Amino acid sequence: MTETSERRVISVIVVNEASVLSRITDLFSGRGYNITSLTVAPIPESRYSRLTIVTSGSVRVIEQITKQLHKLIPVLRVYEHADLVEKEMALIKFPLSENLSDISTLCAAYNGKIVNVGENVIIAMVADEPQRIENFLRVIKKYNPKEIVRSGAVALER
Amino acid sequence: MQMSGAQMVIEALIAEGVDTIFGYPGGAIMNVYDEIYKQNKFKHILNRHEQASVHAAEGYAKASGKVGVALITSGPGFTNAVTGLADAYMDSIPLVVISGQVPMSLIGTDAFQEIDAVGISRSCTKHNYLVTDAKDLPRVLKEAFYIAASGRPGPVHVDIPKDVTAQIEEFNYDIEINLETYKPNVKGNTRQIKKAVEAIAKARRPLFYLGGGIINSNAAYEVRELVHKTGIPAVETFMARGTLAHDDKLLISMLGMHGSYAANMAMSETDLVIGLGARFDDRVTGKLSEFAKNAGVIHVDIDPASISKLVNADFPIVGDIKNVVLEMLGLSELIDSNKYKSWRDTINNFDALHPLTFHEDSQRLKPQWVIQRVGELLGDSANISTDVGQHQMWAAQFYPFTRPRQWISSGGLGTMGFGFPAALGVKAASPEKISINFTGDGSILMNCQELMTAVEQKLPVINIILNNNFLGMVRQWQTLFYDKRHSQTDLSVQPDFVKLSEAFGGLGYRVHTKEEFDAALKDAVEKNVVAFIEVIVERFENVMPMVPSGGSLFNMMLLEKKEKK
Repeated sequence: MTETSERRVISVIVVNEASVLSRITDLFSGRGYNITSLTVAPIPESRYSRLTIVTSGSVRVIEQITKQLHKLIPVLRVYEHADLVEKEMALIKFPLSENLSDISTLCAAYNGKIVNVGENVIIAMVADEPQRIENFLRVIKKYNPKEIVRSGAVALER
Repeated sequence: MQMSGAQMVIEALIAEGVDTIFGYPGGAIMNVYDEIYKQNKFKHILNRHEQASVHAAEGYAKASGKVGVALITSGPGFTNAVTGLADAYMDSIPLVVISGQVPMSLIGTDAFQEIDAVGISRSCTKHNYLVTDAKDLPRVLKEAFYIAASGRPGPVHVDIPKDVTAQIEEFNYDIEINLETYKPNVKGNTRQIKKAVEAIAKARRPLFYLGGGIINSNAAYEVRELVHKTGIPAVETFMARGTLAHDDKLLISMLGMHGSYAANMAMSETDLVIGLGARFDDRVTGKLSEFAKNAGVIHVDIDPASISKLVNADFPIVGDIKNVVLEMLGLSELIDSNKYKSWRDTINNFDALHPLTFHEDSQRLKPQWVIQRVGELLGDSANISTDVGQHQMWAAQFYPFTRPRQWISSGGLGTMGFGFPAALGVKAASPEKISINFTGDGSILMNCQELMTAVEQKLPVINIILNNNFLGMVRQWQTLFYDKRHSQTDLSVQPDFVKLSEAFGGLGYRVHTKEEFDAALKDAVEKNVVAFIEVIVERFENVMPMVPSGGSLFNMMLLEKKEKK
């Protein structure tokens, strides 16, 4: 197939009930779709949860993903985003011996800061677009990060 | 009214109008079986294996159009039933399968006969439930029946822990189903339907591509009317057999891997595919990039995910086939049926060139003859089930179907062992018809324990075993594509099928000639007892024509022409 694969963000509104998350992930694994990242949290004051799934595939595959998701009984709505605001958070652990003012300045450039200081390490937080998070993580490599945690993307239609 | 969870199951089944269920008891479902013992509102048929219970429920559902019900226990009872769930899922058969589960307090402890049943059934059911509180049971059961039968039908699995079936709660089944997240679209978009009909009117070589969704939607007679009014020829998928009567002038035949030459050529030459409830399965399309290459596509289906999944639809219509076809009928005066005469002639020429046929043999009976002969002798008076393999394809090719729901076969999953238990369910659903199961010497052994069910329940299914001492379809592929290395397909060592049936109290016949076959079938029909008719047939007969896997529909291997004597 010549169809090219592209990155897409899909939001899924589901009934917040037992095993609903495995219904979603089983569908992806069973039909051979990719999950790049997945976040899930309850929607305030409702019986629903919102999943944000970053996936990739050809136009046909993305269309199938949204249709198959919609077929699941507890799925209320599926949004395949075209124009959206997307954010991701990352937590990074650095040795206390690194240049803290450099790190602090860099974090600030990515909507972040140092959020915890321990005896041997500090933890920094940044929150930005996933692509910018990638950039940030590349840049801070030289400060020897000991551990990196990414939250996965969350998104809202504009 | 206060009652136990087990009683609720019984009351819900009665409220749903269930008259027959299939099942097998065991530890975790005993509370429900105790209530079955105490009631006489519906019949319970005891199969001899849980897989057979689910297949029987499928046969019952397919023949009757109602929701089939099976009842099984936890652990191995459930895992045995999984094949049936998967089969029903692939073929969109409405089922409610209720399984027992270990008590809530033991879930997750690797208790005796515990398995994560809903975890297993998730990927092979339309929906499933683990009921953790008897308060939820009335709602869950009502939803289960609704979900199974509505939209694109399918199996729904309800897993109930043993303590929940013992729990006493208020039962009220007179509740509204309120599923905010599940609202199947049954009415097609009127503007889109009009556009589709206009496209049909413009087309020069349109072709109806009829699928199993028509049967599910009970729309066969409306489709017949549409086909006749428009004069547009039609091909049927394997699942759609019986939509048009076999002698309908506009029915070309079945298409696909073992479809007729004319049907596959018509699909290759058409300029507009009118797909009704078909899903462009790989066994139908062959090589996708060559499938109906120069044609536009109208695709009517109740399942939006089926549309443009494999073949892009120019006119997608999401809705129930019956509603959409009725709307199309209202617009059919836009279509001039005379316009397609030369197209019909072209197709008739295809058919004359390579008709669907076989060569008689003086040595051994030909399996196709047996199918045809049953058609001549029983025709409309029989419902036809099959197992899976060569006999199944020959039955689809050569049986003269006259009506929807006459044809009961495992299409999507291709489950060997489906036929006999399904035929039991068919017989339970329509006792006035003769229930035939065409099977092979491989398939029949996969659920032959159902002889006991048939004898006990007086369900006189006639199993016609086309015995070629081979796992024939695999043998055919080995002959054609594996240089005749017949790996593990030679079934020369076999039971005595006559004695096997007799051992259970059934009838057994072994026939070698046409005369013997006629006599055996007549006798089995008259005696009205479950029967095995073992027919010794040509060993190396191949199902033809054949589109090799991944090949184009128009590149068929054809029956070799026989030299005229």
